[in-house]
Amino acid sequence: MQEQPQPTEQPRRSFLKYVLTGGLVAWAGSVLYPILAYLKPPIQPEVEVSSVKAGKLADIPKESGTIIKFGSKPVILVRSAKDELRAFDATCTHLDCTVQYNKDKGMLWCACHNGTYDLTGRNVGGPPPRPLEEYRVITQGEEVLISKKS
Amino acid sequence: MKQKLSKLYSWIDERVELQDLVQFMGKKYVPIHSHSVWYYFGGVSLFLFIIQVITGIMLLLYYKGSEELAFESIQFIISKVQFGWLIRSIHSWAANLFVLAAMIHMFSVYFEKAYKKPREITWLTGMLMFFMALGFGFSGYLLPWNELAFFATKVGTDIAGVVPVIGEPILMFLRAGEDVTGATLSRFFGFHVAVFPGIFTVLLGIHLVLVQRQGMSEPEGFDPNVKEKTMPFFPNFLLRDLLLWLIVLNILAILAVFFPWELGKKADAFAPAPAGIKPEWYFMFMFQTLKFIPAKVLFIDGEILGILAFGFAGALWMFVPFWDRKSAQGEKNKLVNYLGIFAVIYIIILTTLGWFL
Ligand code: FES
Repeated sequence: MQEQPQPTEQPRRSFLKYVLTGGLVAWAGSVLYPILAYLKPPIQPEVEVSSVKAGKLADIPKESGTIIKFGSKPVILVRSAKDELRAFDATCTHLDCTVQYNKDKGMLWCACHNGTYDLTGRNVGGPPPRPLEEYRVITQGEEVLISKKS
Repeated sequence: MKQKLSKLYSWIDERVELQDLVQFMGKKYVPIHSHSVWYYFGGVSLFLFIIQVITGIMLLLYYKGSEELAFESIQFIISKVQFGWLIRSIHSWAANLFVLAAMIHMFSVYFEKAYKKPREITWLTGMLMFFMALGFGFSGYLLPWNELAFFATKVGTDIAGVVPVIGEPILMFLRAGEDVTGATLSRFFGFHVAVFPGIFTVLLGIHLVLVQRQGMSEPEGFDPNVKEKTMPFFPNFLLRDLLLWLIVLNILAILAVFFPWELGKKADAFAPAPAGIKPEWYFMFMFQTLKFIPAKVLFIDGEILGILAFGFAGALWMFVPFWDRKSAQGEKNKLVNYLGIFAVIYIIILTTLGWFL
């Protein structure tokens, strides 16, 4: 008599255990999911910029680098000593600082960790792991335009 | 007067049973020995934290945490509000002294091996509070929204983003988007004044109750039964603590008055990073290490290697009570000392290099 209920009791208990833990997990998930989802910032649709005006050629001095707003990203327009116009993504490939034109070295330079790039955007010194992305520069008469390379 | 006080005391005592509390505090003894001076730094950290809470709340009354107004509101605090410059300067200086005091405290606990059983939880809460102190520093640094802070935050969050797999979501979470913007500022503001203080207070409560319950850790071979070798914590040691707090307050005041904290230039997302940019001194050794590691080591990116190494070192440090079985059994563990000495020397050398290079 005593042994009889054992086999039926056991599965019932483990069934209850599954239901309870399952319920608990589901409950925790339904609490956590909205919280985690809330913490993740929504993606703001950005206006796709395909090209921007960088100004008049006459206003850009030789041996200089100017930061141009390309949508929400900084782009650096370089006019070299040899009078070449080139534009690059100004965000350093190392840890995201903004690069500048260094006249003494005739190079692009990042002040954060002393990274350097030559005037073709190649990473030539310091910690940057990749070259800067190049943008296209078009001169229409006096006007200088920058656009994304596709 | 005295009568009135004792009446007040017994009035409260009847209701909240102060007697227990006084007994609880009176039970603790502070061992007196040649390394006793290290016992003070926990208290000093606590004191500086209290100062941070008070000055922080004061700043909160005028500060505005938005991209357009943050810089201006601090300008307003330091130029228009009476003693605003002083409060801000104290908050910034105390933050640095807090990290310093906590660091000394952590290292002294480490070298004295005071983390060993039964104090593992005390050590863990302390470690978490220390990491949190760095988090306070990092999040608070951005709030003035100046140029240095802007790029420091870019670099700091980008470092988090380099971590394989989990890095990218963390980066998005920290920056509240792909770039450092006003949204990042709001987020950091929230961390700095609500999330961190809340968690920190809980940890601090556990930490202090444990310290009180377990008493001070004694160095090896110390005989607590000799009466001259101990001192009651309450009130004797506490009074010494308070005296030191007064000295720290004076140092703080001198620093804050004679070297007021600068505000710098307002952040501009379209300006190049300024030359001579440096992180706060307590991140300097890591920053400097990242400068030295080449872009690629074998096939791994330099930064990833550096970050993983620091993560590993941090974990090793945090879990020292669990791998240092020798000290727990009362044996000497030289390895722990060597690692600690190496860490101290490493930090000092790289910090100096970072400062002068
Ligand atoms: S961010 Fe440019 S060198 Fe590190």
